[in-house]
This record gives sequence, structure tokens and C-alpha cells, in this order.
Amino acid sequence: MFSVGIVGVLTRRNAIVVFMCVELMLNSANLTLITFSSYLGDVTGQLFVFFVMAVAAAEAAVGLAIIIAIFRNKLTVNIDEINILKW
Amino acid sequence: MITRPNPVISALFLVLNFAALAGLYLILNAQFIAVAQVIVYAGAIMVFFLFVIMLLNPEKEKRFFEERPKLRIFIVMIVVLILVQLVYMIFLSRPSNELTREAARSVEAGTIENIGREMFTNYVLPFEAAGYLLLAATIGALVLAKKKFE
Repeated sequence: MFSVGIVGVLTRRNAIVVFMCVELMLNSANLTLITFSSYLGDVTGQLFVFFVMAVAAAEAAVGLAIIIAIFRNKLTVNIDEINILKW
Repeated sequence: MITRPNPVISALFLVLNFAALAGLYLILNAQFIAVAQVIVYAGAIMVFFLFVIMLLNPEKEKRFFEERPKLRIFIVMIVVLILVQLVYMIFLSRPSNELTREAARSVEAGTIENIGREMFTNYVLPFEAAGYLLLAATIGALVLAKKKFE
């Protein structure tokens, strides 16, 4: 699942889809944390996943706000055409 | 999900993936996290994504590899390398004996009671920090969406 996320980040040119692939990678990490937590009978991993979820929600909110702001200026979400950070 | 050119369809596939992941969490005795997964990810975050996709209504994106055939080998190499690493770590590393499944304890660990107790005793500081992070992210998103730079 992590690898699928990496493929998506590297190949897609749509900024929104790239964001969704980042979410996918976060989720694959969450799955390993839950699995360890379950096999060790320990609650810490599940708490950690809860915090990861909170951070992911915050990240998605800010990221999509940035995308909307960029779309207003450049009228595109294609990350090849967004090069205002280039010197 | 990553092969569909239409972002709406790939978002719906991601919802399916999140739902399946919630089922996996249930199997692994993490009831609270499974419910939180459905509510937070499949509910809130994906509604947000679909909202933005339909708001922006992006143009058809061009096929990636037709423009840049050289990059394809590079990307395939990176991804295969990482995949091999992960598979190596999962299957070829020596399983330790302490990792035997303790089913009774893990059932107990997944309940809301236990998670809540841990969260408000040992982990109260990260919990508050997460709350402030969400507040900051909300304010930041509002400012970013409102502001017009130049």
C-alpha cells in the first residue's frame, strides 16, 4: 500500500490526487502501528494512530486550502505548471 | 486508484480503501480506531477532498509516461527498490519469540475505555498538543483560502 502511494505521488500530475496518495501512505503506516499494537497487547500504538489521524486531518485541511489558493491564481492544479517557487 | 485519469473516481476508490482498512482494524481488535477511521477518513477527509475536486473541476490531465519515457525507468526503479526493502523487512527478518499474539490483552486494549484512560493520563500532553494543532490548522486554512496574494 505504501508503494502504491509512492507510485501515485511520483507519477500523477494532479495536486489533489498527489494529496490523496500521501493519505494512502499515512494509512499504511497506521496499519503497521495497529498490527504491532494488537500483537503486543499494548494500547500505545492505537493512541499513536489516533494522533496520526489528527495530524493527517490538519494536513489535509491546510494542503487543500493551499491548492485552492494556487488554483485562484494560476487556474490549474497541474503540478508541472506550478513553478513559482523556481528561481 | 492511481491509474484512473478522473480524480473523482480515484477519490471514491480511496473511500473504498479506507473502509476496507477499517475492517482490518476491527479484525485486529482495534474497535475504537476502526470507528474513528470511518468517521474521520471516510467521512470528513474524503468529503473535503471530493468537495475540492468538484469545486476546482480540473482539466483532463495528460498521460504522464507518453511525455517523458525516460523518467519511467527511474520511477519504476525507486518503487521496486522500496517494495523489495519492505518485503525483506517483513518476511526475511527473523521473527522474535516475544511477538506471539496475546489475544485476550489485545481485545482489552482496543476498547474505548482503555484508550480513553491512557489518553487522559499518560498522553494528556500530546492530546492537548493535537487539539492546538487542529485549531492552528483550521485558522491557517481559513487565512489561506481567504487571502489573495497579489
